[in-house]
Amino acid sequence: MTDNVITAHGLTKRYRRATVVDDINFDVAKGEIFGLLGPNGAGKTTTILMLLGLTEVTSGEVRVLGHNPVREPLAVKRRVGYLPDSVGFYDYLTAAENLAYTARLMGFPAAERERRIMSALERVKLADVANKRVRTFSRGMRQRLGLAEIVMKGAEIAILDEPTSGLDPQATVDFLGLIEQLKHEGVTVLLSSHLLDQVQRVCDRVALFQAGRIVLLGSVPQLAKEVLGAGFIVEVDAVAPPGADLEARLLAVPGVTAVQRSGDRYRLNATRDVRPDAARAVVAADGALSRLSVDAPSLEAIYTRYFQRKDQSEGVRDAA
Amino acid sequence: MRREGSAFQGLGTVVLKELSDQMSSIRIFVLELLVVALAVVSVALAIRQLGLTTAEDPFLLLRLFTVDNPPLPSFAGMLGFLIPLVAIGLGFDAISSEHNRRTLSRVLAQPIYRDALLMGKFLAGMATLGIMLLAMWLLVVGAGLFMLGVPPNGDEILRSLVFLLIALCYCGVWLAFAMLLSIVFRSAATAALIALGVWLFFVFIWPSLASVLAQVISPPDVRYVLLGLPTPGTIEMQQTLARFSPNQLFAEAVLAILSPSTRALGPIYLEQLQGAVMGTALPLQQSLLIAWPQIVGLIASTIVLFVAGYVVFQRQEVRA
Ligand SMILES: Nc1ncnc2c1ncn2[C@@H]1O[C@H](COP(=O)(O)OP(=O)(O)OP(=O)(O)O)[C@@H](O)[C@H]1O
Ligand SMILES: [Mg+2]
Repeated sequence: MTDNVITAHGLTKRYRRATVVDDINFDVAKGEIFGLLGPNGAGKTTTILMLLGLTEVTSGEVRVLGHNPVREPLAVKRRVGYLPDSVGFYDYLTAAENLAYTARLMGFPAAERERRIMSALERVKLADVANKRVRTFSRGMRQRLGLAEIVMKGAEIAILDEPTSGLDPQATVDFLGLIEQLKHEGVTVLLSSHLLDQVQRVCDRVALFQAGRIVLLGSVPQLAKEVLGAGFIVEVDAVAPPGADLEARLLAVPGVTAVQRSGDRYRLNATRDVRPDAARAVVAADGALSRLSVDAPSLEAIYTRYFQRKDQSEGVRDAA
Repeated sequence: MRREGSAFQGLGTVVLKELSDQMSSIRIFVLELLVVALAVVSVALAIRQLGLTTAEDPFLLLRLFTVDNPPLPSFAGMLGFLIPLVAIGLGFDAISSEHNRRTLSRVLAQPIYRDALLMGKFLAGMATLGIMLLAMWLLVVGAGLFMLGVPPNGDEILRSLVFLLIALCYCGVWLAFAMLLSIVFRSAATAALIALGVWLFFVFIWPSLASVLAQVISPPDVRYVLLGLPTPGTIEMQQTLARFSPNQLFAEAVLAILSPSTRALGPIYLEQLQGAVMGTALPLQQSLLIAWPQIVGLIASTIVLFVAGYVVFQRQEVRA
């Protein structure tokens, strides 16, 4: 079959009346970084808890590495690492002792524990504070210790709930680097976040949650096409000789969906980065090219546009 | 629904971790110090008193446990009073502390069931209490040997060990109760206050309240009152009510085991047999039979309280 390591079909969670996760479907392929996005209370954490069998599923089906997390939670939890939002440790124990507890719960033999713990701590650059109590750790260090736990477990899937919230910019960059490193080792990563540019930087695909539903799902360029119409905005500043219809020539470039002219500036909407072709078109029209720039589609733009559009259509519905 | 794997996978790991936490906990250390100090004082007083009076007693060792040392109660009475305190100290934040430290979701994301965590904490608490009781038992028996110079006979040793087991059952009731509170209340302070409130209620209020309630439910008969005698019906009712207190069950079971001449457990005998009347001693088996309902009552209460905690914990959300 496929090499999907997580599949969710019609996954639903209700607390009494409130439907918190509403009939969502998604698959995560082996080795990809999958992002769960969405405003507060959209249902990201609840979805994650259902994947881990830490909260009951109201209806629908989940499979994680071929197991049902409700029926076979141990098999799932043995192979999946979880970093909760605002992760906590026993702060009277040292970093190494905290990991040792997890290693024992995992059932690793004593000889292996030491080795796994030290190499995991080295990975996240906490080796020199291995024997310091976690009480003294900063937020960033705790977060890295949480990641070290996942590395130590040798997890095949890492589920990270808002892993970079509360980290400073440098710590964030470092942390994202660690996540990408996991991916290179073949670990599948599922992370949730509100920080769009970060998600965009590391995620192969994202699912946008809203009020318990997945409203958008796909890679960032795909979503850009879907929401923004075209993903890339290319701006061309060029002076063309009179008579040469530069606007039409630019529109004829494959991938360009619209051209807007204001003076000597042409604004192209395109489905791909069309700068080389646009430059050629200007030259072919005997024009003088003075500037060429591209805006890659940003998740931020997609997100904002999506919710704008939604508000508008809701406004229309309310007015009707 | 059948679950995969053993419910108690990881139990040993949890027990060891909790035990080591308790051994290094200042709170537990202080509580144990208090209990041991009071035990030492009470044994010293008992030895002085026994040295002055009954040197001929065939159950001298057992008298060390039961003789009253005004203004303090007997050693056994002291335990009845203090064991709840230590058990509450061990259990009142067992689960809530994991919530508040935010370690719960991380630990439950390891391959263990909640059963193992709860049971592990309970067993570790029981082990700590058991060690404390054993230490005190050694203290009393050792003091008896050296200070009184009388080697205890086999029956006495057996009876004092049975007493130890009954005390452990009594520990179980209070530990299970404290842990139930730690599950229900997220705030450790609330749980501690309620636990101490219940403890004070059973120590100071319930005995008098039981007698008042008995007068109301089953009013004294005028014929008995005229003769200046208590009405048997009223007395029986009072006794039944009093036995809703684990402290009462413990006191009665201890009386039957440590005072071998106890032939029945009732308020009438209670007064007469506390050292005053020396009947012939019953064999241990007979004494056990007399104490059996009380012992079963203690064990059953422990199970009911533990199961109540278990059910609540299973349904609880892990997220903070
Ligand atoms: N035990 C509960 N009972 C009732 N409702 C709950 C419970 N736990 C969570 N919810 C609701 O479920 C919704 C989704 O919560 P969830 O934590 O999954 O959101 P989230 O997407 O992770 O949000 P955030 O970005 O703030 O972490 C929220 O509206 C929350 O109020
Ligand atoms: Mg969340």
